[in-house]
Amino acid sequence: MTLSTRGAQTPAVLVLEDGRAFRGRAYGAVGETFGEAVFSTGMTGYQETLTDPSYHRQVVVMTAPHVGNTGVNDEDPESGRIWVSGYVVRDPARKPSNWRSQRSLDEELAAQGVVGISGVDTRALTRHLRERGAMRVGIFSGEAIPDEGTLLAKVRQAPEMTGADLSAEVATKEAYVVPAIGTKKFTVAAVDLGIKGMTPHRMAERGIEVHVLPATATLEEVYAVRPDGVFFSNGPGDPSTADHPVALMRGVLERSTPLFGICFGNQILGRALGFGTYKLKYGHRGINQPVQDRTTGKVEVTAHNHGFAVDAPLDKVSDTEFGRAEVSHVCLNDQVVEGLQLLDRPAFSVQYHPEAAAGPHDAAYLFDRFVSLMEGQRA
Amino acid sequence: MPKRSDIQSVLVIGSGPIVIGQAAEFDYSGTQACRVLKAEGLRVILVNSNPATIMTDPEIADATYVEPITPEFVEKIIAKERPDALLPTLGGQTALNTAISMHDNGVLEKYGVELIGANVEAINKGEDRDLFKGVVEAVKEKIGYGESARSVICHSMDDVIAGVDTLGGYPVVVRPSFTMGGAGSGFAHDEEELRRIAGQGLTLSPTTEVLLEESILGWKEYELELMRDRNDNVVVVCSIENFDPMGVHTGDSITVAPAMTLTDREYQRLRDVGIAIIREVGVDTGGCNIQFAIDPTDGRVIVIEMNPRVSRSSALASKATGFPIAKIAAKLAVGYTLDEIPNDITEKTPASFEPTLDYVVVKAPRFAFEKFPSADSTLTTTMKSVGEAMAIGRNFTEALQKALRSLEKKGSQFAFTGPVGDKAELLAEAVRPTDGRINTVMQAIRAGATQEEVFDATKIDPWFVDQLFLIKEIADELASAERLDADLIAEAKRHGFSDAQIGEIRGLREDVVREVRHALGIRPVYKTVDTCAAEFAAKTPYFYSSYDEESEVATRTKPAVIILGSGPNRIGQGIEFDYSCVHASFALSDAGYETVMVNCNPETVSTDYDTSDRLYFEPLTLEDVLEIVHAESLAGPIAGVIVQLGGQTPLGLSQALKDNGVPVVGTSPEAIHAAEDRGAFGRVLAEAGLPAPKHGTATTFAEAKAIADEIGYPVLVRPSYVLGGRGMEIVYDETRLASYISESTEISPTRPVLVDRFLDDAIEIDVDALYDGHELYLGGVMEHIEEAGIHSGDSACALPPITLGGFDIKRLRASTEGIAKGVGVLGLINIQFALSGDILYVLEANPRASRTVPFTSKATAVPLAKAAARISLGATIAELREEGLLPKTGDGGTLPLDAPISVKEAVMPWSRFRDIHGRGVDTVLGPEMRSTGEVMGIDSVFGTAYAKSQAGAYGPLPTKGRAFISVANRDKRSMIFPARELVAHGFELMATSGTAEVLKRNGINAIVVRKQSEGPGPNGEKTIVQHIHDGEVDLIVNTPYGTGGRLDGYDIRTAAVARSVPCLTTVQALAAAVQGIDALNHGDVGVRSLQEHAEHLTAARD
Repeated sequence: MTLSTRGAQTPAVLVLEDGRAFRGRAYGAVGETFGEAVFSTGMTGYQETLTDPSYHRQVVVMTAPHVGNTGVNDEDPESGRIWVSGYVVRDPARKPSNWRSQRSLDEELAAQGVVGISGVDTRALTRHLRERGAMRVGIFSGEAIPDEGTLLAKVRQAPEMTGADLSAEVATKEAYVVPAIGTKKFTVAAVDLGIKGMTPHRMAERGIEVHVLPATATLEEVYAVRPDGVFFSNGPGDPSTADHPVALMRGVLERSTPLFGICFGNQILGRALGFGTYKLKYGHRGINQPVQDRTTGKVEVTAHNHGFAVDAPLDKVSDTEFGRAEVSHVCLNDQVVEGLQLLDRPAFSVQYHPEAAAGPHDAAYLFDRFVSLMEGQRA
Repeated sequence: MPKRSDIQSVLVIGSGPIVIGQAAEFDYSGTQACRVLKAEGLRVILVNSNPATIMTDPEIADATYVEPITPEFVEKIIAKERPDALLPTLGGQTALNTAISMHDNGVLEKYGVELIGANVEAINKGEDRDLFKGVVEAVKEKIGYGESARSVICHSMDDVIAGVDTLGGYPVVVRPSFTMGGAGSGFAHDEEELRRIAGQGLTLSPTTEVLLEESILGWKEYELELMRDRNDNVVVVCSIENFDPMGVHTGDSITVAPAMTLTDREYQRLRDVGIAIIREVGVDTGGCNIQFAIDPTDGRVIVIEMNPRVSRSSALASKATGFPIAKIAAKLAVGYTLDEIPNDITEKTPASFEPTLDYVVVKAPRFAFEKFPSADSTLTTTMKSVGEAMAIGRNFTEALQKALRSLEKKGSQFAFTGPVGDKAELLAEAVRPTDGRINTVMQAIRAGATQEEVFDATKIDPWFVDQLFLIKEIADELASAERLDADLIAEAKRHGFSDAQIGEIRGLREDVVREVRHALGIRPVYKTVDTCAAEFAAKTPYFYSSYDEESEVATRTKPAVIILGSGPNRIGQGIEFDYSCVHASFALSDAGYETVMVNCNPETVSTDYDTSDRLYFEPLTLEDVLEIVHAESLAGPIAGVIVQLGGQTPLGLSQALKDNGVPVVGTSPEAIHAAEDRGAFGRVLAEAGLPAPKHGTATTFAEAKAIADEIGYPVLVRPSYVLGGRGMEIVYDETRLASYISESTEISPTRPVLVDRFLDDAIEIDVDALYDGHELYLGGVMEHIEEAGIHSGDSACALPPITLGGFDIKRLRASTEGIAKGVGVLGLINIQFALSGDILYVLEANPRASRTVPFTSKATAVPLAKAAARISLGATIAELREEGLLPKTGDGGTLPLDAPISVKEAVMPWSRFRDIHGRGVDTVLGPEMRSTGEVMGIDSVFGTAYAKSQAGAYGPLPTKGRAFISVANRDKRSMIFPARELVAHGFELMATSGTAEVLKRNGINAIVVRKQSEGPGPNGEKTIVQHIHDGEVDLIVNTPYGTGGRLDGYDIRTAAVARSVPCLTTVQALAAAVQGIDALNHGDVGVRSLQEHAEHLTAARD
């Protein structure tokens, strides 16, 4: 026998809360893990996905079959660690190949204790989640795996995503500063609800000094940095639980400080304006989503990672406590609200990821829009 | 933004004949575009000289002109049709170049025709190397990255030689401007090579321009397919990574989609550069393709080139992703934006997105070097492959192995048995890119090469190399396992091993492996290509197999007909067979069947997911077909499997399918055998009382010699069961017979060599007919221009026959019926006859759709393949006449006297091949087919039709100037009258001494020129080859001398190819050309659409 994909491999099984199971082989760490099963359709950017804090407590199924081909480097992660609670792939690379690669993904997952599974029919699993919706899942690997009934019971004991308040778990505990690149033009207070590394970087590129603050920051702490603008980041969990960030944002809106939100930040703006949020059946997770900017009619191909969305009317301008608000961006696949803007105050947000990483750079103009708001406020 | 209201009619230019670098993909694109435009309510006017295309079917466009794609003819069409707009981006380089000429010569302006899809400035920016370099610089200025390889533009050989120093020395790449498929480009390692390649490049470039470039040999190569709409929305449809690193033309590379070895940062950088380029170039609406090279050591990105049009790669990308680029390009051209166009596959989401794949696509090229034994088989930046196969799998290994077996070529699959070669030798061999290098690499791995050694030799990315090691390790497991258990078989299948491969490794028969596998319950599932990785439900049943868990084949109630396609294009089995398969699908769908297409050729219309009710993108091997039949039999009733339309590929499966209980409809496997087996066919002929040339079969030289001695030389020898005259040769003496037998590797007791009397001076006739068991419908009778002995695929022919009378047709009809009945045909049959000394010999019969079916169908305005498909499923000719699918009365043998004359001319790939010394390959026609495509000329008289066929194939016949004549002794008599005609038309004749003497004695003056073998004269008198190179000859007539004068003729003919001078190699072609020249000199040659021809013909029939 040779050292091929067979042989010494450890068996693994993935069990969904509705009882469907997929058998495969252990990938990364051996053991057991639980989370919400979601699928991501991006064909590139697994390092960014794994380290995106918004994936906290989620088991990510990769629809692209080959994962790990370019190995792991130290430049591309979006945060200091892998956040996904489990990883499901079909064909993991045996040998990474890239001039920037420093080690293999398998090693990295194992080193960070992330339990994964390989060799499963990820397309069948994706179709299942598409039809039944995102649900709880467990991955179990090892030489002696208990019977599926026992496993299923464990999966059903795991906490659900609906109602989960997770941003504090992933956000920084201490404030830190990302300096502007080149001449500093503005100061922004960025509330970290699970921020990705690329976001402050995109701001820094535009001459913004970014003060990243913990999710628990108070209004006083925000204004203590004398911000020209305030930013609310992406992050995991159910927005309906995010009462503190909503209250904080309302304070910012009252002061009419330029405000920009991404992803979770968009949902918080929605709530601050009095709109509801709801859980999507299986979410948007990928880097090919068509979003129309309703102010220009142009379509941008964008990176998404959201399981919840804002419930705001598409067909009219809404009157809110903070003046008129409208849906600025919409996903053309399913008409989900992808952006909000206030017409009477300098505030806007998008549900998707203009910082990309992973994903196309089509929406990078939104950071320029934020800059314009801050410039407008100064003038 | 909705559709533009100011365009009511559009002229679409097709790509003309299939040539290397421009093949069936443009029929696929053009057909899609025409259909879309027509559906939008526009009047679609189409010009394409290639009859073997779906796009030239009369129902696809409103006015279809099968006329030469030259500015002259296109102007005539514009003058007649007065279209509002011209869409030039869907017919390859041919259409683009024609459109540019029409713009430059003011025709578009004169008739007020707007170019849509791409403007002239954008086309020039994309195509002109220097302008494109400026584009890349501007992009770098704007977004901070993207650069061109260092390069210099040269317009003369002096520029070229001087340029090398500025690039830092050899090697350098030479790329001529405005040529297709990279024609004339190559790597030069020294001055001699440089002079040769650049010299040819300067000649080939219509602007006498070549680009000299720094070498990026061995870098990683990528392509992106992009689309942009008038609102400036841009999407990247697909990324493609080449398995073969830089240095091999992408058309000749194994390519993989999506890109496998890029991080997101690197991929997004390519995407940003690509988008900035399409904007900078100014492709307003439509698609483009951009190629990149990446330095594997540091990631430096170089933009290689862009095509501001739909291309071969975009066809591949469409098939790979399910995103129909040409269709959407056509919609964008008439004003829609991407977000207004729905994604066909999901129906719910818009086209303004980027497909994401949950599978891997591998394309592998198919070559034809065996047809050009003297050609250099090294792969370079000039495309040399004649076709391609694509395969889809859930991982790379599965897709790769499926692609390799889809090539259907001996040795194309990995072999793991047999002696292990010498590692060093194999690695050294793998350095040179060739057809099948991947197999050499696998042998090197078997011989113990390490991953590093393979990379060092080939520069194939280490990830791909590791995948080859993975395949080899599975093979080792298969070999060493004590028994074939379920896990092991499943694992091997997941990595693409065929039953045949497993059998070979285990020493078992393929069917035994299959039985074991089925007994263990291991079967493939079928997944859907859905553009979105299952994020949304797909409506389009576009399937591929995989050894995975869940199948997505839905059940159905209508009876299904499974149509087996023809696989990768190759010489002898090309687009014509796809045409017939597509027609069958259309006809059977109309007749109420659910049509299921199986094919693996990404270029074709048959693999458009719109063509049939279900598409299986799968290899056409017995194993793959049996599994599809199984899956479909679980889905619903199967009315039958059609094998007679896709050429030899499905025909060869016929018996085995039947043996496995598959309902093969149409001509039975036994009947196929009766036509293909010499002995059985001899009995059919004897019973029908029909003569065949004397012949015999032999498995040894002694047997062959005995037969040849008895029937007399020359003899025609060939292996049995071949298509395209593979290995066929006219043998004039015993010495050559001996060497032929010893060289032929295909000969075995089960595959004997056929030895036939060669009929000198015979008229060869092709007949396509339908037979339903009772009645014969003579589809068409084609008279070859060239005499028997030249492969029918390479020969020009006329329909209706121009020198055969009613008596001959009667004989042909009776013979055809006798054979069709005797063989037991149910559907189409093609028979080749030779009329020699008033005896009508039967040369061969093919119980299947032939290469000429599309031509015959177009020439007679009768859809033969559709009728054949219906007959296969039980319809009778009488019923089809009643229905109107066939004419009420009469057939292709009773065409009215004023029916148009159609001439088919073959197109040869000579200019693509060079020998290892860089000289061209000989252009003499013979019994082995070597043409890649064909054109049709149609007009009321033969001369004009022939002139059109020449203009379509090679460029217009000259109507004045200098003609050089040099013919073999046997042709000297028949040359005199045409030579006299040429003089009458004002030609000045040149001839070598022998020919000149004969002409002089017949009262025809000719300038005597020196043979090449004589060298220049004492006063610097040029040889004929020098005259040709200096552009002083307008027409060449050179018939081969047998062995003696071969060398001279060779130089003349290769010079003719290099300088694109019309070169006739038979006296029959000369006679036809004279008639054509006569027609051109007598008044204006008109254009007429197929619809007008058909109307005329139908009226005359009634």
